[in-house]
Amino acid sequence: MADKRTALFPVHQKLGAKLIPFGGWTMPVEYTGIAKEHTAVRTAAGLFDVSHMGEFEITGRQALDLVQYVTSNNAALLTDGQAQYSVLPTPEGTAVDDLLVYRYSQERFMLVVNAANIEKDFAWIQSQNRFDAQVVNISDETSLLALQGPRAAEILRSLTPISLENIRRYHFAFGPVLGIDATISRTGYTGEDGFELYFPAHHSATLWNGILAAAEPAGLLPAGLGARNTLRLEAKLLLYGNDLDETTPLLEAGLGWVVRLDRGEFIGRDSLVKQKSDGVRRKLVGFEMLGRDIARDHYPVYINGKEVSHVSSGSPSITLKKNIGLTYLPVEHSAIGTKIQVLVRGRACEAEVVPTPFYKRKDS
Amino acid sequence: MNPEDLLYTKEHEWIRISGDTGTVGITDHAQSELGDIVFVELPKVGDKLAAGKSLGTIESVKAVSEIFCPVSGEIIEVNTPLVDAPETVNADPYGKGWLVRLRIENRPSEGLLSAKQYEEYVGQG
Repeated sequence: MADKRTALFPVHQKLGAKLIPFGGWTMPVEYTGIAKEHTAVRTAAGLFDVSHMGEFEITGRQALDLVQYVTSNNAALLTDGQAQYSVLPTPEGTAVDDLLVYRYSQERFMLVVNAANIEKDFAWIQSQNRFDAQVVNISDETSLLALQGPRAAEILRSLTPISLENIRRYHFAFGPVLGIDATISRTGYTGEDGFELYFPAHHSATLWNGILAAAEPAGLLPAGLGARNTLRLEAKLLLYGNDLDETTPLLEAGLGWVVRLDRGEFIGRDSLVKQKSDGVRRKLVGFEMLGRDIARDHYPVYINGKEVSHVSSGSPSITLKKNIGLTYLPVEHSAIGTKIQVLVRGRACEAEVVPTPFYKRKDS
Repeated sequence: MNPEDLLYTKEHEWIRISGDTGTVGITDHAQSELGDIVFVELPKVGDKLAAGKSLGTIESVKAVSEIFCPVSGEIIEVNTPLVDAPETVNADPYGKGWLVRLRIENRPSEGLLSAKQYEEYVGQG
């Protein structure tokens, strides 16, 4: 099957983007260079087309009950106009996917899921729906642009009458941006302040071009999936398929904070109660290479000459000018300062467990 | 835009042959495809390499790429400043971004492309 394309595919081509296959999609990996785009997001702003992400709308009298049953966080704590990070757990307490849950009203929610998992997640939620609620996959008709960086709010302010001061982190409003009705969400996957805009796909080029044209003087650059990955890794935001999957107990992944056991029945609850009471064997930690070598995804990880794990995500850190990564380590070897070795082309290279996130913005 | 006086490989290396000495680098196309280069690993002076064998590794932010030796020979000089400034390969792939010089053991009789042939090859690729 040919890879899918977002509505902005021709626009990316015209901009000279390098296009790569990603999770069943052809997506821009970079426009002017990953390092330049990464730095733009840390110091000014970047604009990402992430329309490959999936959106499901859940409506009906028991919409909240369905969301509560299939997700691990407590969606009952959300007020209208609020969003939360959550997980779709398996009955075993691992992850079908990680996602954002948006509450428009008690009877209307939107779930935002990973591109590669759209069909799987949709079938899974449908199969668990024994409530008076409808699940509709609106991914194809919904576009998503992420405007991220310290100047994102200033840029967006000039394009919308909506008062952005009133949209706090993990909140959203609905209103026009450049005259196009959008869900304006103060969320992102970069570790910076920023917004994600959900809107009808046929307006994609208008919104993309309009934002770029208005914001170039502010230092905004179009940014691709390459920078998105280096940015999210510095902020230790997990990538499904690398750092998290159906084999990962959620508590090993450090996701205890989005597992709320103080509420009623939901999928995976019993397994998660057990994870919590038994404790975990492994833990996802961040490490820093001590030499120049770069740890890459899947490289083996050793402690005292014994292979104990692999790198789940590894990359140069553009901001920190170090080489960093994430790996699952046995709990007894996971303390900050623990020395590990990453096998790089047959050579054991020294690394050390460090505190995460690797990067934290100053005002957070 | 690829210099006429160089020979090229299908793996996107170039070699400048002068007498029995060859200077090797990667092409402008290769550096552009790789993106921001952040790491260069090269052989040591005195290493003997056969044509087609690994000469070293270049890593960009996103990717790891192996470099192959266009001809057989012994390494006589390594562009060590690249270790601290790997981005030079992006900025000047045919100049300051050269990788190694070697004493050629066997003049290659075939397999290397002219600038024109290489451009046609890349265009097709």
